[in-house]
Amino acid sequence: MATPKTASQSRTGFLSPAWLKTSGDGWTLLLMIALVCVVLVLISGQAQTNLTILQVAWQQNIQLLLDGLFIGAIFALAAYGLALVWGVMNVKNLCQGEYVIMGGYIAYYLYESGIHPFFGLPIAIVFMFGFGWAIYVLVIRRVIDRDLFTSLLATFGIAIVLQQGLNLIFGPEVQTARSGLPTATVTLGGGAFTFAWIKLTAFLMCGALALAVVIFMKRSRMGQAIRATAQDARAARVMGIDTDRVYAFTYSLNAAICGAAGVLIAMIWVIQPFYGITHSIRSFVIVTAAGFGNLPGVIMAGLGLGVAEQYSGFVLGADFQQATVVGMLLLVLIWRQIIENKHRRVVE
Amino acid sequence: MLKHYSPAAVIAAAAVAAVAAAPAVAKVEGDTIVLGSALSETGKYSTNGIHAKNGYNIAIDLINKTGGVKVGGKAYKLRVIYYDDESTPARGAQLAERLIKQDGVKYMLGPYSSGLTKAIAPVTEKYRIPMVEAEGASRSLFTKGYKYLFAVLSTSEQYLASSIQLAAEIADKAGKKRKNVKIAMAFENDPFSLDVRAGVVTDIKRLGMSIVIDDRLPRDLSDMTATLTKVRALKPDLLVVSGHSKGAATAGRQIKELKIATPMVAMTHCESSKLVSKFGAAVNGFLCPTQWAETLSYKGPYFGSAADFDKKFKATFSGYKTVPYQSAQAAAAVLVWKDAFERANSFDKEKVREAISSTNMTTFYGRIKFSKAGNNIAKPMVLRQIQDGKYVVVAPSKWASHKVQHPRKVQ
Repeated sequence: MATPKTASQSRTGFLSPAWLKTSGDGWTLLLMIALVCVVLVLISGQAQTNLTILQVAWQQNIQLLLDGLFIGAIFALAAYGLALVWGVMNVKNLCQGEYVIMGGYIAYYLYESGIHPFFGLPIAIVFMFGFGWAIYVLVIRRVIDRDLFTSLLATFGIAIVLQQGLNLIFGPEVQTARSGLPTATVTLGGGAFTFAWIKLTAFLMCGALALAVVIFMKRSRMGQAIRATAQDARAARVMGIDTDRVYAFTYSLNAAICGAAGVLIAMIWVIQPFYGITHSIRSFVIVTAAGFGNLPGVIMAGLGLGVAEQYSGFVLGADFQQATVVGMLLLVLIWRQIIENKHRRVVE
Repeated sequence: MLKHYSPAAVIAAAAVAAVAAAPAVAKVEGDTIVLGSALSETGKYSTNGIHAKNGYNIAIDLINKTGGVKVGGKAYKLRVIYYDDESTPARGAQLAERLIKQDGVKYMLGPYSSGLTKAIAPVTEKYRIPMVEAEGASRSLFTKGYKYLFAVLSTSEQYLASSIQLAAEIADKAGKKRKNVKIAMAFENDPFSLDVRAGVVTDIKRLGMSIVIDDRLPRDLSDMTATLTKVRALKPDLLVVSGHSKGAATAGRQIKELKIATPMVAMTHCESSKLVSKFGAAVNGFLCPTQWAETLSYKGPYFGSAADFDKKFKATFSGYKTVPYQSAQAAAAVLVWKDAFERANSFDKEKVREAISSTNMTTFYGRIKFSKAGNNIAKPMVLRQIQDGKYVVVAPSKWASHKVQHPRKVQ
């Protein structure tokens, strides 16, 4: 629990429940993962058998770690977008996952038209940025000053419309976009693990995108305006920042980031119009664990979540893979509550 | 709970009651026997609903053109009243009521999908109307003690059972002890896939093999690398997967990516997930169950062989590259009706029901003989293997057109 709070995090003073602000770091999450594993392993005999497998065929640990980290990076990307919108605008964007899936369908559409899905990345970023702007003007602007439930309902509504729209356009079948990149096999100590080049490529692309966003937030005029608005929207307005424009830009940037994540998802996993919800949940778990405005925390939590999913899928069975995500959210919240209570006692 | 009823509603209700009370005379009109069916012409099942309808129609056309149905020395024609159930079970049940009470239908053909059949069967049962269905495979349809429900297709628990049988045969040939045959299972957590799983587990136990992985896949699954990593660690002899088309697509993609070298892989929904066009050579050797295939050597009166049916169907309906088994089994259901009417030599629905239950016929779709529960126990599920991008029948060996490639080549 030793990571110091980052500067940006301590500055995040926007409307948020107290527990979200206390501490946001990936270490909490990692600890939780360990805790979940220990507890569940104690309960289940099958899980113990599976752990034995991991000891014997130890190379598979590398497989699970790599797969978890690679996919976790994409989770972190989408979650960072959510952290932005949540932090700057206090909008809990429930259609996060749908934006991811939309990006995926852009890659799929290109693939079907004979264009390599990698080109989907710039196209998805541009298209989703425009789409996000339109949604902001049409819906989000009208609910941004309302209470929590209005924005939840509005974005949930958008999610449903997007799901059904995608279903009408592309049909309910599961789709993939194939990158055509090969898989490498690594033999190690009598066992083997593989890694698909596309996953590594996606991982690197995630890194590059994250770096670009960080530089943008630090250096550019708009980035500074976004951070100023996040700190105190009223003061920013007084200083002459057009906060409406900042909000629109933030929301569109989030959609663009999600779109990019979706392109990578379509090349690694499979997409379907109704798969957005699991991506939304993952984003919420990561942001809740990491706190917003805390990019290192989001990355740590994202990677941790990816690895945790793989391990729980292996040890507890595939049906627990996603249950683990939700279980961890619960544990993080409980943990936060305990810390909070301790703080109070010390102060009093 | 007393409410005011508007006069219009009262009149409408009375009118409905009057129609409902009208004598049900439509079972046989002149020289035509009237069958009824609610089919999905719109909604999510519309594609397969129309396949089924085409199957019904081609068989009815053929029977009407070749002398009709002979009952009491007189030739009768067949006609079907169709309604669109919009792919919703509630609507299907309503339409079944309407067919029986309003249109006086005494003989029913089934709807498309297990869900719709589940909704309609209680209605036909209530009015004691025999129904021959061709598109509801769920095992649960035949555990409720229905007396008037008959299905020409194999039920869901048989879908992957033949792959277990095949694994046993291969082990025997190689001189491997059956209890050393390791099987990995990944099934989606939904009624259909769990039915399939139940059949697989029964056969594994019967044949004395061992289960090394038993994973349940979540409904909105898009990743099964954890399960497949376990497969790589445990090196099973057979991997069975069932999770509709998304399960097949996910498994296909990740078996390729993780280079899983299991010598035998069997899964449902290979065709509907378009495995071959998506993953090409990587899915060669996969085993996929099907109800029927045009390459089978089944033969019977009416349509001739499976290949003849295939040819006739393509000539009758344009736009079919391959004939879906949904159409073939629908046509077989109509043949069951004709056969039963002629053997009963009567239009009395109880007598016809008796005749249906003692059906024992060979058709282009395979043999048809019903168990007490009403499912067809004479037709096996056939197993096809993807060889060089084509689906060829490899099991059961009696009907196989090709030898099974074992172990599959990992590419």
